[in-house]
Amino acid sequence: MSEPERIWWNPYVAGVALGLVALTSFVVTGRGLGASGAMKRTAAAAVRTASPTFADENPAISSMIVPGQSLLSDWIVFMAVGVVAGGAIGAVTRRRFRVETVRGPRIGVESRWVLAVVGGVLSGFAAQLAKGCTSGQAVTGGAQLALGSWIFMFSVFGGAYGLAWFVRKQWV
Amino acid sequence: MSGPLSQVLSFDHTTELLVALAVGVGFGFTLERAGFGRADNLAAIFYGRDFRVMRVMFTAIVTAMLGLYFLDLVGILPLYSIGILETFWLPQLVGGLILGAGFIIGGYCPGTSLVGSASGKVDAMLFVLGLFGGSLAFVLGGSTLVPLQNATPMGRVLLHEFFGMSSSVVVLGVVLFAIGCFVAVGKIEALVNRGRAEQ
Repeated sequence: MSEPERIWWNPYVAGVALGLVALTSFVVTGRGLGASGAMKRTAAAAVRTASPTFADENPAISSMIVPGQSLLSDWIVFMAVGVVAGGAIGAVTRRRFRVETVRGPRIGVESRWVLAVVGGVLSGFAAQLAKGCTSGQAVTGGAQLALGSWIFMFSVFGGAYGLAWFVRKQWV
Repeated sequence: MSGPLSQVLSFDHTTELLVALAVGVGFGFTLERAGFGRADNLAAIFYGRDFRVMRVMFTAIVTAMLGLYFLDLVGILPLYSIGILETFWLPQLVGGLILGAGFIIGGYCPGTSLVGSASGKVDAMLFVLGLFGGSLAFVLGGSTLVPLQNATPMGRVLLHEFFGMSSSVVVLGVVLFAIGCFVAVGKIEALVNRGRAEQ
């Protein structure tokens, strides 16, 4: 871990910075942060392109439709695009952009890929069920002191700690 | 002024999108600098080795909370002028458990997987692909799943309202809870890493 490319911000400094980004968002837009909503809209937009009628009749999609407007023309989608851009800027300016698969010492690349997809599917579904993810619920609602967001946050830690032993070979 | 700038200045749709893009850049950059573009940094918390995730997350929550409740107190940004998240306790509890499972199995959460992808991590890109699949499954099953998502509604309820306490007490309680966690996890890390060194 000694090579310079692996040096990160002090976690408390990073936390204050992240909190200030969230606070700025509240002050300027009246909303917090988010990510999973962009995935929902991308999926819904794909379905709507394939079958506009199905989209109109589906409550998960129709509730988001604004006449004459793409489902992608929404703040959460633009925020997600910004997250990708900001992440790329951060990685490139520290010269740590590298095409690689992150995994522990005891798992093969292919197994890691399969588990990454499985974890993504579970998270994508779960974030829709809970109406938000770690950003949109835990950080945003956590700072607001919204009851449901705190329930959500403790559940995330519970779910992950509960399963950690079973997938330990992937990480340690 | 009173309320978010978007209302005070009545942003049009394009301005709203561009502001969201800018906030997203700051968000993604900060996550990357925090080390959250790598699954091994994120998963380390669940093996007691490095609680970076908790330190960053709780510090962020405390910072934003202190800012929000201060701006509410001085009347610049009344809490109810912003989008307070509604509580649906059961789907949030179950969704949290499944998202936690997805986190330890896949190595990321939705936001950090975008940063990982932008850093070139193949596992993060595959996680994003999975996210799309999971979201698509939810959307396709909307007729059945939307009622589940809206089950057990409690409306906009804040912790201090729920417990019938003053908001200042809960704000202070959250700060102390975070500090207590930071102290405790420092000790856990020392124990775990000493144990590893002795092996």
